[in-house]
Amino acid sequence: MVSARQVAEQVLDPELPVLTLADLGVLREVSEVGDRVVVTITPTYSGCPALDEMRSDLHEKLTEAGYRDVEIRTVLHPAWTTDWISDDGLRKLTEHGIAPPSRIGPRAVGPIPLTLEPPKRRVSCPHCGSARTTELSRFGSTACKALRRCEDCREPFEQIKEI
Amino acid sequence: MSFDNAYESLVEGHEEKHWAFGTGFTHALSGVDRAISSTVDRDDLAAYCLMLGDDALVYAQRLAEWCAKAPELEEDVALANIALDLLGQARMLLSRAGEIQGTDEDALAYLRDSSEFRNVHLAEIDCGPGPGGDFATTMARLLVFSAWRLALLHRLTGSADPVLAAVAAKGVKELTYHRDHAAQWVLRLAGGTDYSRERMVAGLAVVWPHLDELFTAHPIEHRLAEAGVAVDPAELRSEVDSVLDTVLGAAGLTRPDVASVPGGGRGGVHTEAMAPLLAEMQVVARALPGGVW
Repeated sequence: MVSARQVAEQVLDPELPVLTLADLGVLREVSEVGDRVVVTITPTYSGCPALDEMRSDLHEKLTEAGYRDVEIRTVLHPAWTTDWISDDGLRKLTEHGIAPPSRIGPRAVGPIPLTLEPPKRRVSCPHCGSARTTELSRFGSTACKALRRCEDCREPFEQIKEI
Repeated sequence: MSFDNAYESLVEGHEEKHWAFGTGFTHALSGVDRAISSTVDRDDLAAYCLMLGDDALVYAQRLAEWCAKAPELEEDVALANIALDLLGQARMLLSRAGEIQGTDEDALAYLRDSSEFRNVHLAEIDCGPGPGGDFATTMARLLVFSAWRLALLHRLTGSADPVLAAVAAKGVKELTYHRDHAAQWVLRLAGGTDYSRERMVAGLAVVWPHLDELFTAHPIEHRLAEAGVAVDPAELRSEVDSVLDTVLGAAGLTRPDVASVPGGGRGGVHTEAMAPLLAEMQVVARALPGGVW
């Protein structure tokens, strides 16, 4: 029998199906005692509507793999960050035309800085590799994505924004 | 077992069906200690969760009114995304309140009357797209609301209540870009044409009378702040003022010279804008009691 961890790690993200839940960093823990499995996941954003879908997919795949007692738990702490997307995940995103987030590291303590201008981030075009890209909108088709355009190949593309 | 769609699996295992499916919060909040310290008054904690949850829920409803009415498609998406973040925060806070009070997030959202809501007036007033305002007024409110809520949640990450602390830590990340989005629009509108600047100035004057209420503590907030659970909103004033002054200064604007209006939202006293807002938000749940999908 395939281990519950192996099964859970292969479940795809419903909104970014090029990534597994493990790649995305939302799969926090899989524990297995006999045929009982407890999987712990964390939401990317407070209102992420995909969370219910993730629970459902995990439940289904583990049940198919023969686990009869499956519990999916949600944890809020610590809060998800794009830094938890695996290196493999970043690579897969680029390969599928989505610019990956930069690594942000831990936030400095103290007041949260106000940003009065859209940050001039260097985001490479996932299609042609050009660094000449501009942000069209900080908000894209899902909470986690911004919309950008390449000034060289002129293709629009999405970027996972750092959080 | 397998399911044809995500919704079937959500209903599975629940004896009662719901208007909106649960967050998984009440059933499966492992990793966050949901125990309530014996030094914390449970009713106070529930009431406080309702205050912060209602702020987010009611304001999310207001933001959603813009969907398909914003000046550009990107802004429809942006405001809907911001509303979704707040709705997510509201669901967790209402679930927490519901768990303590023996009810649930759906009943709290859909079946309470105006006088039972505990949100501040800034969340409920009509800033557009209705007759109460326009896009500039909406950005003025987004700036003030998110600057205030960010300061509040930032402090709340140190709450003695682990659920509040976890919800706050997640919310801080979201409020940070809500505030930036509003600030950037205020600069853009103030720095645009004479007309856009005039509208921005007028918009700030609509929301400014509601500022004082944001920093006025309800007795419950006082008590819980002393217990290390809540934040005394009076402590947020200097930080919020400084953020607002920074944005207004960069935009070449000054604080509107307008008188404050009485608040009272934390005590269940609301403006005339609240009833129509709730009527729209609750219409389906009230028209078809107990209906499921």
